[in-house]
Amino acid sequence: MLRIDCPCCGPRDHDEFRYGGDASVTRPAHDDSDFEAWYRYVFVRKNPAGAHREHWQHVLGCRQWLIVERDTRNHAIASVALARKPPTKQPPTNKSPARKPSR
Amino acid sequence: MSSNSKRLAEGGRIDRGRPLEFSFDGSKLTGFQGDTLASALLANGVSLVGRSFKYHRPRGIFSAGAEEPNALVTLGTGGRREPNLPATMLELADGMGAESQNRWPSLAFDVQSLNSLFAPFLSAGFYYKTFMGPTRRAWMFYEHFIRKAAGLGKAAIEPDPDRYEVRHAFADVAIVGGGPAGLSAARAAANAGARVALIEQDFEFGGQILSERPGSEAAAWLQAVEAELEGFGDVSLMARTTAVGLYDGNVLGLVERRDDAQAVGQARQAFTILRAGAIVFAGGAIERPLVFSNNDRPGVMLASAVRTYVNRFAVLPGRKAVVATTNDGAWRTAFDLAAAGAQVTLADLRATLAPALQAEASRLGIAVHAGTHIADLRGGRAVMAARLAGAGGETEVDCDLVCVSGGWSPTVHLTSQLGVKPVYREDIDGFVPGPFAAGQFGAGSVVGGFTTAEAIETGHRAGIGAASYCGKTKPVPAALELQSAKLPAAAFRNIPAARGKAFVDIQMDVTAGDIALAHREGYESVEHLKRYTTLGMGTDQGKTSNFPALSAMAALRGATIPETGTTTFRPPYTPVAIGALAGRAIGRHFKPIRRTPMHDWHIANGADMLEVGLWMRPYFYRGAGRDVNEAYVAEMRFVREAAGLMDISTLGKIDVQGPDAATLLDRVYANGFAKLPVGRARYGVMLRDDGIVFDDGTTTRLGEQRFFMTTSTAKAADVTSRLEFLLDTAWRDLRVAVSSVTDEWAAMSVAGPRSRQVLAAAFPALDLSNEALPHMGVIEGEFDGRALRIIRLSYSGERAYEVYVGASAGEAAWGRLVEVGEPFGLRPYGVEALGALRVEKGHVAGPEIDGRTTLDDLGLGRMVGKRSGFVGDVLRRRPALGEPNRQRLVGLKCLEAGKRLSGGAILFKQGQTRQGHGRGRITSVTYSPTLGAYVGLALLAGDVAMGEEVVAVHRMKNEAVRAHVVSPVFLDPEGERLHG
Repeated sequence: MLRIDCPCCGPRDHDEFRYGGDASVTRPAHDDSDFEAWYRYVFVRKNPAGAHREHWQHVLGCRQWLIVERDTRNHAIASVALARKPPTKQPPTNKSPARKPSR
Repeated sequence: MSSNSKRLAEGGRIDRGRPLEFSFDGSKLTGFQGDTLASALLANGVSLVGRSFKYHRPRGIFSAGAEEPNALVTLGTGGRREPNLPATMLELADGMGAESQNRWPSLAFDVQSLNSLFAPFLSAGFYYKTFMGPTRRAWMFYEHFIRKAAGLGKAAIEPDPDRYEVRHAFADVAIVGGGPAGLSAARAAANAGARVALIEQDFEFGGQILSERPGSEAAAWLQAVEAELEGFGDVSLMARTTAVGLYDGNVLGLVERRDDAQAVGQARQAFTILRAGAIVFAGGAIERPLVFSNNDRPGVMLASAVRTYVNRFAVLPGRKAVVATTNDGAWRTAFDLAAAGAQVTLADLRATLAPALQAEASRLGIAVHAGTHIADLRGGRAVMAARLAGAGGETEVDCDLVCVSGGWSPTVHLTSQLGVKPVYREDIDGFVPGPFAAGQFGAGSVVGGFTTAEAIETGHRAGIGAASYCGKTKPVPAALELQSAKLPAAAFRNIPAARGKAFVDIQMDVTAGDIALAHREGYESVEHLKRYTTLGMGTDQGKTSNFPALSAMAALRGATIPETGTTTFRPPYTPVAIGALAGRAIGRHFKPIRRTPMHDWHIANGADMLEVGLWMRPYFYRGAGRDVNEAYVAEMRFVREAAGLMDISTLGKIDVQGPDAATLLDRVYANGFAKLPVGRARYGVMLRDDGIVFDDGTTTRLGEQRFFMTTSTAKAADVTSRLEFLLDTAWRDLRVAVSSVTDEWAAMSVAGPRSRQVLAAAFPALDLSNEALPHMGVIEGEFDGRALRIIRLSYSGERAYEVYVGASAGEAAWGRLVEVGEPFGLRPYGVEALGALRVEKGHVAGPEIDGRTTLDDLGLGRMVGKRSGFVGDVLRRRPALGEPNRQRLVGLKCLEAGKRLSGGAILFKQGQTRQGHGRGRITSVTYSPTLGAYVGLALLAGDVAMGEEVVAVHRMKNEAVRAHVVSPVFLDPEGERLHG
């Protein structure tokens, strides 16, 4: 169960959200006729083992589209931001994805 | 067996004032409040409780906890029947009826114990070898008998009448395990100000402290801490609850059992999803058995379990005991047995023993053999003697109880479930959890702190750490200390002997010999070993067998334990009833049901309802025919000849507003919307980014900056979400708001040559003339004080109107139309007739817009013309999508009288071999009363020309029907009826 800290609604279970794909690819302008640009946007993905920026929509909440930074290795979520606003780099908090040994 | 013959005269934590009646295989027995089923059976002298999985060997109670491999029973009858429950985990309740398993005709005399004689044939890999090799034929013959013989309890086949629940819970600090470490952590976290959930699988808190002698210092400590915790308002003490799964985001899955649920009127099991800020893992450790010949005989028990039965339940399972150990811990069992009056012999594998232990043993009259192990056991249904082997040769000791201890394994199951591999620690010769994620802490035996003092100290620190992680940092008083003997961990590892029947996995009947065989045959990796031998695959998931098996394999390979590795740990930690996961989401509550505002009218007027996604829609009306085939044809006739009324409230409806609304629509629809005049509607098709058709619908321009969009029923949610996505991420500069209004509007279609007359009668205040409301026009008004919107649109090909009215007035508007429409011959029609009408007109729907078809495939390419800049425009021109032989939409007309076309049939050219995918397939079919024949829509390869004949083959229905390839528009190609 992922817990996503929605900027509008607070932390919620991931089943309130709809996954919307890779947020690191840039959508070409609507009237861009460059085939390569559209091909890359629709089909080419990096599939990283590690930090991944992705779109999620809070469909059963505020319906905002969000940009979530998730570590694909352990599902740790580093940041959640509204897609409407340009994403801001957040300083690491105590919810950072790093696995620190603790006792 | 006399009642409670093995119960000690005094002591224990049972309530002797509250006797409980129960039965085992029909025998009436008595136990006490505070007993488990296992302790009550032992008290009554029941030592044989089951037969083993493969060899049907007699088995007794082996442990006192969740790790129990043998004492599995079935509770309940009929739909309440629940198999494979460990008797050690069942809280005794009045009237409990338990049955033993895997025996026939009776537990004492089991016919299939003959399996033991054939044991050499049933060794590891037997199934694989028989199944894969030249003896495959033999497997086909024997499978039935083998499947019947091997196995555990039988599941119920009747529906379960009991109630289950799924609950949602939250805590700052969740603590798994209510032993000394968990209690100490809970006390610290609660004092720091955290909201605490303390989870304990037993019905009592205390863990190993419960196994200390009553009246001891430990018992007093437990009482003091429990009292303090009960004083906090924010501490939930969750007994009878097992943490079965750890999930991302510090979420735990908990199962609470109430075996007396019927008596107390509660849910029998509840599954709780607990979202915690931080988690303390304090689940303790599980004792390891020893592997020697016949180590599975009834009367062989884990040493710590025997101590639990003696001290907690006041049961002395045997009077002549042999304690075999590799470590100091089991000596306490020997001491407590001797103190309770048993005659005890102790065999320690180590040659050098601590003088203090030897002195205490000598004081209690215990015979101690250093450097000695058990070589074999004698006895069948109960152990009778142990053969001890040491430096001085072999001796036989008579006994009725054998207590074994091969050291301890921390319970690393839960912490490993998210893929964090446990780490081997040489000093304790065992695995501890791998690095903890943020917000996770360990305490007590889980992290190798095996003494009570260490458990309390590490628990205290973990509790403070977890609370502080959640921002709760009130000052915490010092830990309540409790002195305990310093017990060094296992100093000596028992290497399983491979002779005789020396069991490693007692539940799955896997012996040391099987592991040696797997090694010889090359199955050296633990994951292969597990699958080849079925080791660890029982309901106990190898809780006692995992480490002994690893030790055995490591020794065979000459490798270290870390080199040998562990298997993967997955949820659940202990078995979970499916009912608990489902909770109340069963039957009609499995998923939500969406009803339209006219739902009750449909039901009251003979509609046969159909589930369409979450929606309930009228399939057909029984007034029109006896079954769907008769009814839909009759309903089609009403529409074509007079007028029909259809509930279309399920269509997706989206309100689009803003200065850039027209721009948005012009980009998302493949055909243009920028120039749509106010007061007019237009059919539109949307593509996906990859150029494939996404959805179709109509959008009406209500004002310069306001549009009313409809989508198909199935794609309503996807289209809304897609529009929001584009506006939120890509086109942030567009000033548009979209909002779903599907549930705000009731919608109905009035179709047929007399539809205008019906509407005029129903809404006399409106001007519905062709001039005021032309085809693709809209007018707005009021009905019953609610907004009314009539759009002249046709799906059936007839003159038709879509009537939208505020949802709360939907049923009244529908009733008005039915009433005033009757003289004009208006009748309701269902989705089957709706589908048939559109097939006759060649309109595409879900079966054709299937996520693989393009505009050109569907004959819609001409709508786009030379436009560009819309979603999907660039990639729809991929060369592969323009390939001339791509399947495209055609019509099919059945050529054979008395036969019908079927949806899903595969199309072959005349003379083509009827194999493979053919040249295409039928997507939609209907009987056309107008043409007097079955017609259909199909996707057919471009090289099959119009007018050619094809064969439609439906293998599952065993049909092969000839059909003509024709235009998909069967009726009124000029569209004259729209104005009729």
